[in-house]
Amino acid sequence: METLTIKIWRGADTGSFQTFSVPKRENQTILDVVTEIQQRQDQSISYRFACRVGVCGSCAMTVNGKPRWTCRTHIGALKSSVITIEPLKNMPRIKDLVADMSGFFDKWGQAGNDFNSDKTRHDAPVQIDPESKQRKAANAAIECINCGVCYAACDVVRWNDDYLGPAALNRAWSLVNDVRHNRKQDTIAAAMGAGGCGNCHSQGNCMTACPIGLSPTRSIAGLKQMSLMSLMGKRDA
Amino acid sequence: MITRQRLTLSYMAFILHRLSGIGLVCFLPFHFLTLGLGLEGEAALDHMLAYTEQPLIKAGELILVILFSLHLLLGIRVLIIEWMPWPDRADGHYYGGLRAGWIFGGVAIALILGWIFIDGVMT
Amino acid sequence: MLEVRLYVLQRLTAAIMAPMVIVHLATILYATRAELTAASILARVQSSPWLVVFYTAFVVMVAIHAPLGLRKILIEWGRLRMSAANMISLVLFVVFLGMGLRGVWALTGGAG
Repeated sequence: METLTIKIWRGADTGSFQTFSVPKRENQTILDVVTEIQQRQDQSISYRFACRVGVCGSCAMTVNGKPRWTCRTHIGALKSSVITIEPLKNMPRIKDLVADMSGFFDKWGQAGNDFNSDKTRHDAPVQIDPESKQRKAANAAIECINCGVCYAACDVVRWNDDYLGPAALNRAWSLVNDVRHNRKQDTIAAAMGAGGCGNCHSQGNCMTACPIGLSPTRSIAGLKQMSLMSLMGKRDA
Repeated sequence: MITRQRLTLSYMAFILHRLSGIGLVCFLPFHFLTLGLGLEGEAALDHMLAYTEQPLIKAGELILVILFSLHLLLGIRVLIIEWMPWPDRADGHYYGGLRAGWIFGGVAIALILGWIFIDGVMT
Repeated sequence: MLEVRLYVLQRLTAAIMAPMVIVHLATILYATRAELTAASILARVQSSPWLVVFYTAFVVMVAIHAPLGLRKILIEWGRLRMSAANMISLVLFVVFLGMGLRGVWALTGGAG
């Protein structure tokens, strides 16, 4: 029976890879491999997962250098029998395959991403045309589930500690296009500040890595245009 | 550091754009100083021009022409990505927005202009 | 606020310079085909007062654009703090502006 050589990161920011061996199976994802190793070979390994069917984003790790959802990464897709698994990059490591996402979520907040509305339950629902330019722009970005893969993939995040990152800015874009949000100027100001959209160089790592095909690059381009409008004093409602 | 993930087309474009910018900015002071030789008279300028007739310098100038063209065209690509409407999704993804054509075209045109330059200075 | 202004300045100087760079590249390719002498350069550059305007504007644009590009590289690859990078960029702006304007002056006003 064919076997796979699996190198798993052990430790925190300092540590080393521990090598394991698992049988290669017909239908096998990276999450299956990690689970098998943890259950049958070394129960001290720490890792995260939840839904295991590709909708929650919890199982994101770095696999052979790329940030991926491990439950959606089939062994066959890697084209290698030596697989290296580490936590997501650009985040401090807590233990083994678990990364500290608190910085990621802090930046999410710093991008002006608190939705705010002055309407109450007594007001009629806001009528939004799904074909409107703004709603289409928001819809293109809205599916993000904060898995952190784009953030882990981004070079500018790695190079610049102040940079808010693709996910946070993508969210800001969806919010500034939401006509129900009444703090649009605050969100724009946060998104175009020191750690904001101007730091993106459109390398597109985030787009390439996003497991659900979102494009923070595209959202950030939209924010850049908005930042110019804002500078010129043009404010739309 | 350079993992397979990073070897995407748009990443290459970013690297080429940045490195060409670094090359150009390193050259800029020398360029300005050479122009400044005009203050010392035509003879000084002619002397410098004669000095640059060496093959090694001409090779450097060729590289500069290529870097200059590349930086221009990849720069225009950035302006388009950021300021032109993002193309509609095709095949369910947004990759058209990264303007791959400008990368290939930019490299091709830069090399062609380099060739035109070197052809012009070969005596 | 500064970040947006610098971002816009970078893109603006780029957009203004794009046609200037095309002209400059065309000039390079054309002028180097013939023998490049001080006399031929000075004759061409001094052939129209508009060229002084052109090259002066070009110098101002690049004196802004180049340091701003370097600024990002200093922060991202050089791991400098923003304040340090800002300071270096400002110094480079002054240096490039001075050297560049001197170069233009050398070929248009102060030569011969």
